Amino acid sequence: MTELAPHRGYLDRLAEGTVPFQRCTACGAAVFYPRALCPACGSTGLDWSHSAGLGTVHSVSVLFPRDAPPYPVVLVDLDEGFRVMSTVVDVPAEQVRIGDRVRAHVEPDGPRVVFTVLTGDGEGSRA
Amino acid sequence: MTGGLRGAAAVVGVAESDLGEVGPDRYAIDLAAQAAAEALGEAGLTTRDVDGLFCAIAGRGMAPLDVAEYLGVRPRYTDGTMVGGSSFVSHLHHAALAIAAGACEVALIVYGSTARSDSGRGRLAMGPPELPSYEAAYRPRMPITGYALAAARHMHEYGTTRADLAEVAVAARRWAMLNPKAFARDPLTVEDVLAARVVSSPLSTLDCCLVTDGGGAVVVTSAARARDLPRPPVYLLGAGEAHRHRSISQMPDLTVTAATESSERAYAMAGVGPADIDVVQLYDAFTINTVMFLEDLGFCAKGEGGAFVSGGRIAPGGDLPVNTNGGGLSYCHPGMYGIFTIIEATRQLRGEAGDRQRPGAELALAHGNGGQFSSQVTAILGTERTL
Ligand SMILES: [Zn+2]
Repeated sequence: MTELAPHRGYLDRLAEGTVPFQRCTACGAAVFYPRALCPACGSTGLDWSHSAGLGTVHSVSVLFPRDAPPYPVVLVDLDEGFRVMSTVVDVPAEQVRIGDRVRAHVEPDGPRVVFTVLTGDGEGSRA
Repeated sequence: MTGGLRGAAAVVGVAESDLGEVGPDRYAIDLAAQAAAEALGEAGLTTRDVDGLFCAIAGRGMAPLDVAEYLGVRPRYTDGTMVGGSSFVSHLHHAALAIAAGACEVALIVYGSTARSDSGRGRLAMGPPELPSYEAAYRPRMPITGYALAAARHMHEYGTTRADLAEVAVAARRWAMLNPKAFARDPLTVEDVLAARVVSSPLSTLDCCLVTDGGGAVVVTSAARARDLPRPPVYLLGAGEAHRHRSISQMPDLTVTAATESSERAYAMAGVGPADIDVVQLYDAFTINTVMFLEDLGFCAKGEGGAFVSGGRIAPGGDLPVNTNGGGLSYCHPGMYGIFTIIEATRQLRGEAGDRQRPGAELALAHGNGGQFSSQVTAILGTERTL
């Protein structure tokens, strides 16, 4: 279906607690950020989907504000095949590494999607 | 069309405005006008001769109208292409196309900014965002965090080190120490860069460009008319443009910029390759820019940029002079630096670069960058002998 207000569609789905993205019905591309046409093939056939929330840190930069604690900004590749900017909230900023496996969480007030680091046997902060 | 563009147009006048910090009473457009007057003056031309206007000013959506009115220029061809700091190299390409097509004969490319003075008087250069953002909620500090994410990935994939990046800052400073117009001329060491405060890892304050005021202007005309003007013409031999993203999270590969495409187009038009280039002026907003652009412009292989810039290779006395004015890192950076790559390339090819002159320079590459490694525009300029 054609999405005429993709940002609204994104916010509505985010408010329901999912991590939304679009899937092109013509070429199969995972599309993020949400759009009115597919940037891979030009089709307007984009269906909403949501991610299982698992991904891998592709890059990380730690910001050091003068008057606040450091925090990481990351690019995460979701397993469904799209990349988002986000942050990691459960480990000290300087411990986030490229290649870390991470899980998404929707923060209702942001609204935004943040990540926690997966350890070998599941969730939890890395020592 | 582009087959006939090589050597069809030439730069015949260049100038900066006052640079550094010009104080609270002067505006971006004043600096643009100061530079325009001087560039036209050295070209032996006046605003009355200008029939093509190319300009961009941050935050001014109708900059060509502002500038034309202020200067009293009545253009028959106008181009306000705004692709960030690469805009003016893009303008150079567009001006040559317009001149070759007969749409104008004397093109003025012009820029001004009071980015440094603005910070002290609460003037805001940018309005509110006009598009939804899928990045802002995570508080990246832009543009530095975008470049930092690319740098982190480059270090991860290729083993590039912070010391490699620091070599870029040191080389720029050593060039700036030879340029009386440069803003930062104190000696700088790799250790200084590594010890500086990290803003957005891996980049420290000394991996970042300056924030200065400044304007610039470039006058371009047909090759035929250029030969009747006072200064030796500097010919546009090739130009190429490319962009594939705006937001850093949409960049297809964080370690490869669209400069691979823009330079390929420029080299093909000019009929030269990287090995032929005598002097390189590229947009060094951050130290990682120089490393990645030297790779993407073909001066070394992908991943070898860190090693390439080490040991003073791009500094005074090195094999490849890069950013001989001191660059955005040490000479000036008013926000959209691209025009200064053309100005310095022109001076090198005229043999006017003083203590920083590359003897016998015949071919120069000027490369502009806009956004966050987004818009890439490459120009190759040459002397009469290279035609
Ligand atoms: Zn598609």
